[in-house]
Amino acid sequence: MNMHPTTAGLLLAGILFVLGLISVLIRRNIIFMLLSVEIMLNAAGLAFVVASSHWGTADGQVMFMFILAMAAAEVSVGLALILQLYHQLRTLDSDEANRMHG
Amino acid sequence: MNSALIPAIPFLSACILMLGWKRINRTAVSVIACGSLALSALIAVVAAVQVAQHNGAPQMLQVWNWMQVAGFRAGIDFRLDALSVVFVLVITIVGFLIHVYATAYMHDDEDYSRFFACMNLFVGAMLVLVMADNLVLLYLGWEGVGLCSYLLIGFWYKDPANGYAARKAFIVTRVGDTAMAFALFLLYQHTGTLHIQGVLQAGAQLWAKGDPAVTMIALLLLGGAVGKSAQLPLQTWLPDAMAGPTPVSALIHAATMVTAGVYLIARTHTLFELAPAAQTATAVIGGMTLVIAGVSALVQTDIKRVLAYSTVSQIGYMFLALGCGAWSAAIFHFVTHAFFKALLFMSAGAVIVALHHEQDMFKMGGLKKLLPGVFWVFLIGSASLAALPFVTAGFYSKDQIIWLAWSAAGGGTGYWITALLGALLTGMYTFRMFFLVFYGEARTHVHHRPGARMMVPLYILAVLSTVAGFVELPHTLGHVTLFSHWLLPVLPAVQVVTESAALEWTSQAVSALLSFAGIGMAYMWVMKHPQGMREFLEMPAIVWLRGCWQRGWDFDEIYDALLVRPFVFLSQINSKDLVDKIYTGLARAMEWCHNMMARTQSGILRWYIMGVVLGAVAILSVLIWRLYEI
Repeated sequence: MNMHPTTAGLLLAGILFVLGLISVLIRRNIIFMLLSVEIMLNAAGLAFVVASSHWGTADGQVMFMFILAMAAAEVSVGLALILQLYHQLRTLDSDEANRMHG
Repeated sequence: MNSALIPAIPFLSACILMLGWKRINRTAVSVIACGSLALSALIAVVAAVQVAQHNGAPQMLQVWNWMQVAGFRAGIDFRLDALSVVFVLVITIVGFLIHVYATAYMHDDEDYSRFFACMNLFVGAMLVLVMADNLVLLYLGWEGVGLCSYLLIGFWYKDPANGYAARKAFIVTRVGDTAMAFALFLLYQHTGTLHIQGVLQAGAQLWAKGDPAVTMIALLLLGGAVGKSAQLPLQTWLPDAMAGPTPVSALIHAATMVTAGVYLIARTHTLFELAPAAQTATAVIGGMTLVIAGVSALVQTDIKRVLAYSTVSQIGYMFLALGCGAWSAAIFHFVTHAFFKALLFMSAGAVIVALHHEQDMFKMGGLKKLLPGVFWVFLIGSASLAALPFVTAGFYSKDQIIWLAWSAAGGGTGYWITALLGALLTGMYTFRMFFLVFYGEARTHVHHRPGARMMVPLYILAVLSTVAGFVELPHTLGHVTLFSHWLLPVLPAVQVVTESAALEWTSQAVSALLSFAGIGMAYMWVMKHPQGMREFLEMPAIVWLRGCWQRGWDFDEIYDALLVRPFVFLSQINSKDLVDKIYTGLARAMEWCHNMMARTQSGILRWYIMGVVLGAVAILSVLIWRLYEI
């Protein structure tokens, strides 16, 4: 198994992203969906870090810090929404929150 | 005295009654309604005397400029000449008597005031019709009486059948009115005026005898007259018009409005003289109508329908006379008919009220002893209608028509035989009705005797039905020509081809004999052999024929199949609005799209994510594909 570290890193990021995406699509529990979104964010972050190490610059790592901060903010908002959802519907099933269907 | 007051007073009274509605009490309503007509009648008599003093020179009145556009002028202009004076007198005097009668007849009706408002409006419109100096004003009166006829047939509007009869009368006469409107358009196109005398003078100069244009116009005018006067083929509305109160039937559907067609043809007789084809058509229509309606009258069971068919038949006589060129004979028959038919209708009304609104003759009977007053006036009216010789007005007027149908320039043996057949039928149906109502055993209890307000008008009309005939006596019997002489300034004397006292005697003898034969047959039929007659009437073929005649020769069914049902079918198609289909279709497509879009809003989060993912994949695919392309 002789692979360039950049290719391996990007491949890993890709696999993580797709796993996260699939679980967002198939999970109905909204907490798990939030977790999957986190996985996708981290996959994107990993891609940035791999790319910055490949080019030898700090830009990608700075970008990753941004992503971490953004993820923290997003998780806090997301969890607050989930709490509200649970208060309203007494369930965490995202399919139950379909009151605005056409 | 201003003769314009003659129609103005009934209009004013109609306005007062309409605006007053139920605030005016019944006595006041009666006084206003009858008083206005009494005043009109008085002024009409004065006007008639004035016209007589000037040897029939017409009285012209320009009341108001109605419309004046680009050289065309139509005014509220009245013209009282010999012909209109006759009509005005009959309308106001008979109208007054009927109003007095109606105050008793309608006494318990809750819409007393509305009734008299419509009646007065009718009289006003009818007076405008006969006094109008131009055809536009005449048309206004013509439509006005049509409207009042509609309002009064449907007077008891709570019963849908009455509303149906009213609509039928309105729509069927509208067919004729449309023809008349076309006649007016054509007249204006050719002569450039609608002033009646102007049209007649221009017509006489413009057209030779038999010119297609004048034939067309005369035929269209005839169409209007046919609609209004309930002649073939537009006669179907009159029997149904009996749904209205009986005074309405007497005033509108016997004495006055239905003879408006006779007036129109007499008024425009110059045009008809120029169009022999139209004149022949008038005679043929009159002849056919008088026989067909007479046969229908023979088998009716409702007393008012007998009288309605009889009216159609008698107006057929008038049309026959007009068609033969016997103008004054037609007007003479109009006058006597107005008297005796109003009399018959009102005495039938008295019987109907006495029997608690029973109209079926087979449930009447034996009323001779119970209602002696009504018996005598009904007998006089029936005798006049059946043209009993020498003593009745109907004899002199009808006999004149029968004789002239043979001897006049436009007459012929065929018309004469038709008229004689009509005389036989008239005797039969009149006295069948008479015997059924007044003889035999009483079948319904008499609960109410007519009072003085009902009987006095009947007595007056009974006198008029007798003496009115003496103003015009045939050559063979005294030769009085007061009436035709009076009309001479307006209507030319009839051209008699075969002038022979012996033949006239023969004609009179035959017609008198036929009336007696008719009466005799009615006597045999109803009084002598009712059992045998009943068996005869139960034969299958006779039953069918009787049913057909009773329904007025099934004209209604024919019109239903030919006109009404196709029209209803078309309107049902059109009620779905074919043109609108484009726009409703567009709206429907938009709605469909909207529904499709709305369906994507499932409310399920994962579907939305899937949408985002698919979109991203699509965009990425395009980008990558483009990248490799280049």
